[in-house]
Amino acid sequence: MRLRSLFAAAMLTGIYSLLSAAFFVLLDAVDVAFTEAAVGAGITTVLMLGTLALTGASPEDHEPHRVQILPLGVVIITGAMLVYATGDMPGFGDPEAPANHHVVPRYINESAAEVGPPNIVTSVLASYRGYDTLGEVTVIFTAGVGVILLLGRRRREKS
Amino acid sequence: MRRNPIVREISDLLIPAILLFGLYVQFHGDYGPGGGFQAGVIIAVAIILYALIHGLERARSLIPDRVLRVLMALGVLLYAGVGFASLALGAEFLNYSVLGKNQIAGQHLGIFLIEFGVGTTVAAVLISLFYAFAGRNSE
Repeated sequence: MRLRSLFAAAMLTGIYSLLSAAFFVLLDAVDVAFTEAAVGAGITTVLMLGTLALTGASPEDHEPHRVQILPLGVVIITGAMLVYATGDMPGFGDPEAPANHHVVPRYINESAAEVGPPNIVTSVLASYRGYDTLGEVTVIFTAGVGVILLLGRRRREKS
Repeated sequence: MRRNPIVREISDLLIPAILLFGLYVQFHGDYGPGGGFQAGVIIAVAIILYALIHGLERARSLIPDRVLRVLMALGVLLYAGVGFASLALGAEFLNYSVLGKNQIAGQHLGIFLIEFGVGTTVAAVLISLFYAFAGRNSE
């Protein structure tokens, strides 16, 4: 199956993000779902459509229709290895899983006394993992500076 | 789209509600889902909708580019500044416990300030991105 229209591809990415958001809600990860719905389905789709409007939505159709063996093989082998690796993972929601043992008990039991907010996700993101969040904000800032330097300058040179 | 009166009127009704919801998400993140990231995106979405309906030039006169550039730097500086404030008060970088009278009050103030910084930067960057993309379109 091959999708030639970039517009449809952009919309499908947005729909996929929205479905992922619903999936995260089912996993009780409402904060992640919220972000996915707002960023993935909302802003990213708008920016994709903006890019399409800038670059032209229809790709040039001179490429012949033929199956490329090497990329297909790489994809199939990588996929098979990933599926094989899932066999070693603990069961879904397993309380004995290593991920539920390291720092999670402390977050759940102590965060109300140590940090305060009833939403543990906020405590982890903003306080326990404050360094990470500072790094993320710096990344966003840097990305914004990059886009402004690349795309935002033409106006000034003209006038 | 902006010539369609139904779309225009409904959007004008929705934009204040979206902004209010953004503020709610920003300041209620301690208690429910949400926080600076999501709030920044929602506020940016409201401005982008305004730009789509009323045109880029009117949005640019509402929030000019240089204001956005200052805001996106201020958000990061506020976040890092909270870190340095706790450093100056004798704790580790970004350990907010020393910022208030007791640990909980300090953490509360610290989280409030850094979430505000995150929201400011995210909103300013996303609006700038939209301006940059849409601005080239009209030339």
